[in-house]
Amino acid sequence: MTITKKGKFGRFGGQFVPEVLMPALEELEEGYERFKNDPGFKQELDYYLQDFAGRPSPLYHARRLSKKYGLKVYLKREDLVHGGAHKLNNTLGQALLAKYMGKHRLIAETGAGQHGTATAMAGANLGLATEVYMGAKDTQRQRMNVYRMELMGTKVIPVTSGSQTLKDAINEALRDWVSNVEDTHYLIGSVVGPHPYPTIVRDFQSVIGNEVRSQIVEKEGRLPDSIIACTGGGSNAMGIFHPFVHDTDVKLFAVEAGGSGLKCTDKAALHSASLSVGEEGVLHGARTRILQDPYGQILESHSISAGLDYSGVGPELAYLAETGRIIAKNADDDEALAAFHELSRMEGIIPALESSHALAYLAKAADSGDLGEIVVINVSGRGDKDLETVLEKGAPL
Amino acid sequence: MRISEKFGELKDKKEGALIAYVCAGDGDTVGIVHSLVRGGADIVELGLPFSDPVADGPTIQASIQRALDAGMNPDTYFDMVKGLGVNVPLVVMTYYNLIFKRGLERFVTDCRDSEITGIIVPDLPPEESGELAGYCEQHDVDLIFLVAPTTKGDRLEDILKRGTGFLYLVSRLGVTGARADIALSTKEVLDRVKTDKPRAVGFGISSGEQAAEVVKSGADGVIVGSAFVDIIASGQDITQRLEELAREIKSSLG
Repeated sequence: MTITKKGKFGRFGGQFVPEVLMPALEELEEGYERFKNDPGFKQELDYYLQDFAGRPSPLYHARRLSKKYGLKVYLKREDLVHGGAHKLNNTLGQALLAKYMGKHRLIAETGAGQHGTATAMAGANLGLATEVYMGAKDTQRQRMNVYRMELMGTKVIPVTSGSQTLKDAINEALRDWVSNVEDTHYLIGSVVGPHPYPTIVRDFQSVIGNEVRSQIVEKEGRLPDSIIACTGGGSNAMGIFHPFVHDTDVKLFAVEAGGSGLKCTDKAALHSASLSVGEEGVLHGARTRILQDPYGQILESHSISAGLDYSGVGPELAYLAETGRIIAKNADDDEALAAFHELSRMEGIIPALESSHALAYLAKAADSGDLGEIVVINVSGRGDKDLETVLEKGAPL
Repeated sequence: MRISEKFGELKDKKEGALIAYVCAGDGDTVGIVHSLVRGGADIVELGLPFSDPVADGPTIQASIQRALDAGMNPDTYFDMVKGLGVNVPLVVMTYYNLIFKRGLERFVTDCRDSEITGIIVPDLPPEESGELAGYCEQHDVDLIFLVAPTTKGDRLEDILKRGTGFLYLVSRLGVTGARADIALSTKEVLDRVKTDKPRAVGFGISSGEQAAEVVKSGADGVIVGSAFVDIIASGQDITQRLEELAREIKSSLG
């Protein structure tokens, strides 16, 4: 809605990348503009989303949860999408786009491995060589995801530079792209990075919100009062929010990871709440809100959920938060864990720890009256991948 | 000293310029810069370390990390540069967020006040550079742009128009770091980039032989970074070996 030629959302966004990549970004923008409304491309993507990914995902009325909180709570079941998360919506879209653009190779970054796995799925399915950069620390923490990617023919490259986590994996993927820009598509996993990525990823993820819209109208005859989504980089949030941005009666809550408190040490933040307490800066190609020290050095972030553990946030979210269209909130590690256990026991759905932050906000805000009567929560992924982490934390609170 | 003066001086002497990069805060920077200048460096490009240097390869990344671990920051950087006392143009190379966070104008006036006469920002393409360029013009500091092997057509024209000081021609796709073979892509990029402004070629040059070849192909200078940083990383006879390597490269540029 606020796109100018340079990919700005207000003053956020833009293209802060080495010159060598600028022609590739132009080519990507042209390719996307050319194919996004191409009937053949759309038909093929719809086919993959339906028959390969399993869309549409259900909008489920969580009866016991609704009763407990005295609201009508609907869960958007992205946990049921192939791979166990919303990530495949974007990787299928971008991988297909890369193929239409004549690229032979995909590279991607991954934190916990969810985006890497979804890229591996799309790459294998569409027959594209796929390599995934992953922080060396994360490859150890998430061995099973590494193996899943390898099973699907993807080469996983451990990144040993910097803090050896997601932001360093992005740096390394950018370095690879700088070197191999002619035949390679960099498949970014969230609504971050230089233009046109925040727009492309948002559009491919908007299938979530578009489905919610028709599903809720069918079930309730009206739009919801509020929508809650967890926010790290922000792809599941933008995906469910975007189709509702102009419906100003629908409140949009972006719930960030409060980690173990909204504080920072010299080198690291104890949280990942860039929207709530970050400052303006430029990271990974975009002007947005980031976690940084007083000189502008990027701070490492923290969250119990690897998928939210990122020092930046999508520029469009920074813009929407500043204009007041979305409301940034946060839930800490303990609150997310409690919500994880609650949904598992009350509804028989084990949510991802990322999604548990959105669920935790329901528990925090239900009594305030802020949420209205009908609430949609994006269950962006399933929690099987998190069992080891949860097990280490011990019994439910 | 302004960069254009230096290139003018070298042109009269029919010499190519040696532009030496090191990262401030990695080792004894004052001693390092002086040994490079003694060895014949015509311009010193002094990196201001950033936590997430996406345009740099492993050698310079490691140098940046050592500098950050040693506590280098923009305040210390400008203080140190003020006391350097070398009579060659100084150029700062850093990433945009450090400039943004300090405030664009403040960063540029800090440069001016510490006799830094050029700024290179590898993650700032011309599209986003207007505001910084305005302050640079106002305070007589050059904003140096990179030209990549992929930069063609209108983009190239635009960059040639905007760039001041010199044009930083990237000899090949990829990040910084020494390479054995650079000849072919260098020739190609020099053929493509037609301008009256000085053209310096960087990324991959590590020896006098390579540097001579680049200048023979028509470049006005070479930028050498990783080869110097390797010496600093080794920890052995640093200042002496830096001076020797600078001298070896500079003597091949005559």
